[in-house]
Amino acid sequence: MGDPLLAVDVPQRWLTLRDPRVRILSVFGFALVVLALDDLLLLMSTLLLAVGLAVAAGLGPTLIIKRLAALEGFMLVLCILLPFSVPGETWFRVGAFSATWEGLQMAVAILLKANTVVLALLALVGTMEPVVLGHALAQLKVPEKLVHLFLFTIRYLDLFHSEYHRLHRAMVARGFVARSDLHTWRSLGWLVGMLLVRSLRRSQRILAAMKCRGFSGRFYLMDGQTWERGDTLFALLSIGVMIGLLFMNGRAV
Amino acid sequence: MAHIPDGVLAAPVLIGGAVITVGALAVALHRLDTERIPQVAVLSAAFFISSLVSIPMGPGSVHLLMNGLMGLVLGWAAVPAILVALSLQAVFFGYGGFLVLGVNTMNIALPALVCGMFFSRWLQVTDVRRSFLLGALAGGLGVLLTGLMVVITIALSNTDYLPAAKVMIFTYLPLAVVEMVVAGAAISFIRRVAPELLFLPERQSV
Repeated sequence: MGDPLLAVDVPQRWLTLRDPRVRILSVFGFALVVLALDDLLLLMSTLLLAVGLAVAAGLGPTLIIKRLAALEGFMLVLCILLPFSVPGETWFRVGAFSATWEGLQMAVAILLKANTVVLALLALVGTMEPVVLGHALAQLKVPEKLVHLFLFTIRYLDLFHSEYHRLHRAMVARGFVARSDLHTWRSLGWLVGMLLVRSLRRSQRILAAMKCRGFSGRFYLMDGQTWERGDTLFALLSIGVMIGLLFMNGRAV
Repeated sequence: MAHIPDGVLAAPVLIGGAVITVGALAVALHRLDTERIPQVAVLSAAFFISSLVSIPMGPGSVHLLMNGLMGLVLGWAAVPAILVALSLQAVFFGYGGFLVLGVNTMNIALPALVCGMFFSRWLQVTDVRRSFLLGALAGGLGVLLTGLMVVITIALSNTDYLPAAKVMIFTYLPLAVVEMVVAGAAISFIRRVAPELLFLPERQSV
């Protein structure tokens, strides 16, 4: 029935045992700091730090490369054209166009920032159980309706993932081959339509069953998470790193 | 391609996008009945799965954006649904970034709202054959508006991005073509099989 979609298959490490709220806030602060940096050497060291976080969180190298590859599609166009559009000292020439060192520097900075933030996010937040993430968001005062929507959505993702595979297999069994033509797109449109129709029917049954059990539109979120000494240590460490980075960035300029 | 990574956009654009997203979210959550949350979640999970399907197009393949369809079916509820989907994609798949979530949500959700407002009232009065046309219009418009907004938010951040932004807009054209056919087929299918899906209570008051 296909693999679980949001599979979190990481070993328990010191980092992945930290309080979810501290991890979310740390990534938020870290991302803010990284975006504020402009020294290339510092940005490289933040990328190394993010790689270190990913390794410490137990993410495998193939997974890291696969995730980061998804990012580079967008960056490709931007980073190839930037050296040609930023004015400055000439780096090399292609016909009438000249690439500049300043443009290259900007492209490298963007590339470093994007990858650093995504790696930190994958390492600190992506290693949580989706449900734990939802509860942490509720504790961080994210509106309750949004958290409920989040929790219900992750609940049904795997269900419809396997539903999709079932429908697709049925099409393949009838000789469907995906090609780049109108027939394929229309058939896939019907597949999407069927998925939506089935999901709506299911949601009506779910709501009826939940009402029958006394559901009034709200969940009670309970948590057994206790604050540990390691969480304080992690919070202090990340604040220290952020202040250190900002301090060094101020000196480098 | 609609997921802008962190580090690209300027601070004013990031803040502006976050403010607009929070505003739209406030309206959408206010209008969202707690009883409808399971229904919206089930539909948004189905949309999420649909956007993972890779569809052959020319030599390569594309992923659907689904925002036009989401606007048609979910109305205002498309805003929180899109935010949830983008957060999951950023956190677990590494698409996009963290601080750009506001801008990315705005770029995809505003076109969804536009499609919902323009096309949903027509959808309720047309026959099956014309519903294909409406679905196709919503699908195509959703993609093109999102492409436009991505390009605008990039170009606003730094004028040096302008050449890249111009190239990027062309990458949305093939997706718009595919999305038109898929969305049209999906809507006419739903119109035939389960028309009640297109007449959900909240949407009639949009």
